[in-house]
Amino acid sequence: MQYGPEVMNNIANPRNSGVMEDADGVGQVGNPECDDVTTVYIKVKDDIISDISFQTLGCGAAIASGSMITQMAKGMNINDAMNIEREDVAGRLGGLPEKKLHCSNMAADALKAAIEDYKKKSA
Amino acid sequence: MAVYFDNSATTQVDPDVLEAMLPYFTEKYGNASSLHSFGSEAFAAIVKARKHVADLLNASPREVIFTSGGTESDNLAIQGAAFHNKGEKNRIITSVIEHPAVLNTCHFLEKCGFDVVYLPVDEEGFVSEEDLKEAVNSNTSLVTIMAASNEIGTIQPIESLAEIAKDAGALFHTDAVQAVGKMPMDLKNSHVDMISISGHKIHGPKGTGALLIKEGVKIRPLMYGGGHEWGMRPSTENVPGIVGLGKACEICMSKMTEDIQQMTDMRDFIIDTTLDSIDGVYLNGPRENRLCNNANFRFDYIDGESLILYLDMEGIAASTGSACSTGSTEPSHVLRSLGLTPIQCRGSLRLSLSRFNVMSEAEYFASVIPSVVEKVRAMSPLGDKKNAIRS
Repeated sequence: MQYGPEVMNNIANPRNSGVMEDADGVGQVGNPECDDVTTVYIKVKDDIISDISFQTLGCGAAIASGSMITQMAKGMNINDAMNIEREDVAGRLGGLPEKKLHCSNMAADALKAAIEDYKKKSA
Repeated sequence: MAVYFDNSATTQVDPDVLEAMLPYFTEKYGNASSLHSFGSEAFAAIVKARKHVADLLNASPREVIFTSGGTESDNLAIQGAAFHNKGEKNRIITSVIEHPAVLNTCHFLEKCGFDVVYLPVDEEGFVSEEDLKEAVNSNTSLVTIMAASNEIGTIQPIESLAEIAKDAGALFHTDAVQAVGKMPMDLKNSHVDMISISGHKIHGPKGTGALLIKEGVKIRPLMYGGGHEWGMRPSTENVPGIVGLGKACEICMSKMTEDIQQMTDMRDFIIDTTLDSIDGVYLNGPRENRLCNNANFRFDYIDGESLILYLDMEGIAASTGSACSTGSTEPSHVLRSLGLTPIQCRGSLRLSLSRFNVMSEAEYFASVIPSVVEKVRAMSPLGDKKNAIRS
């Protein structure tokens, strides 16, 4: 199995990885008992995602997807960021092996969950 | 630095093996069945190779059947014994930690109506003699238990298991693909009836292997054709491959004692330093009765694949027991059979050595692994988040 160059670039240098202690919204997807887990943290200012980070217990594709979605969403309006689709992440990575598509799904779902968490907290 | 620690996946071909093979592609290309001098040249090369394979396993040359590799040897032994005895004896006994070449052959036999028993293993991967005694009966045609585990290195007590099979009137086969060259094997002075070996795990070419069948043991072939390999494996012989396998066995035989010592020293260094230098790491498999070339760890809170990728960036090739596919991670059946939970199987790392590895490579690994583990853990949402660093 092989990952493409953009995937490898994001694995070698994951952007925005690590915990965010003072996040305004946190979204975690996956089952820690038996599956991959991806967490996305966001800071929001005037409906704009001003800072974002991710963590993952997952394979290379999960790391690359977390790295990519944080780059895509940073600086975005939260309502626009809600429209980032699962396929968009894999697309920006130049594609993923079919067996690994769920990893990019997790990143997109974790971002949506983080935005929903923020909206709930700020409502 | 490029360090290859994935020798249980495959090994580099020994340059002496390659050199021995090359003339049989171009100059000495005869069909061993032909009577002319081209044919006799090929025939003589096969005779010589067969002797080297037999010597390594203390068998007679007539007991060596050349195949395309470990998978074919396992299939020939298991299907061969099952179908030869079908109707009279329908039970096959194996273990839960076998290689897929054995397990999936047994699953196929179940579909064919055979009664297959899968023996459990303990937390270090050992099959128990008591369990086998309970499972064998007069309806058992074959017991097949691997000599040593490809994943966790557990060396099974095959001699006593084979004796139990013999007492019950069953044949005993062992998949020794990982064991050959890393521990002495002896067909003659043993109750084992059949042994599978593979060329590319012992610095021979891919696509080569053998099944050793003790004189007098009757099984059914998988294929029908010309009378090659006494009818057990028809097909024009792969002369260069057979020559390569023979040479690889000859070298194994002459170097085995020093190879085992060298690999044991490196293995112990790797195990000791890794367990000492990192928190939340455990050894999979036993400390004693373990293949001299195998170390297998599990690390808390990390994923094996990401560990492999970051080790590869440091120039170290290794493998993991967790394979992430089709929407969920499928942990290794071997690690699961030890009683580990799926999450415990996630962060597994296998290092497998060969005679071409040197201690400085083990030292390099020991110097790199703590920071690689720290890096992957910092990205993990589980565990001690306080260690996490923003990149």
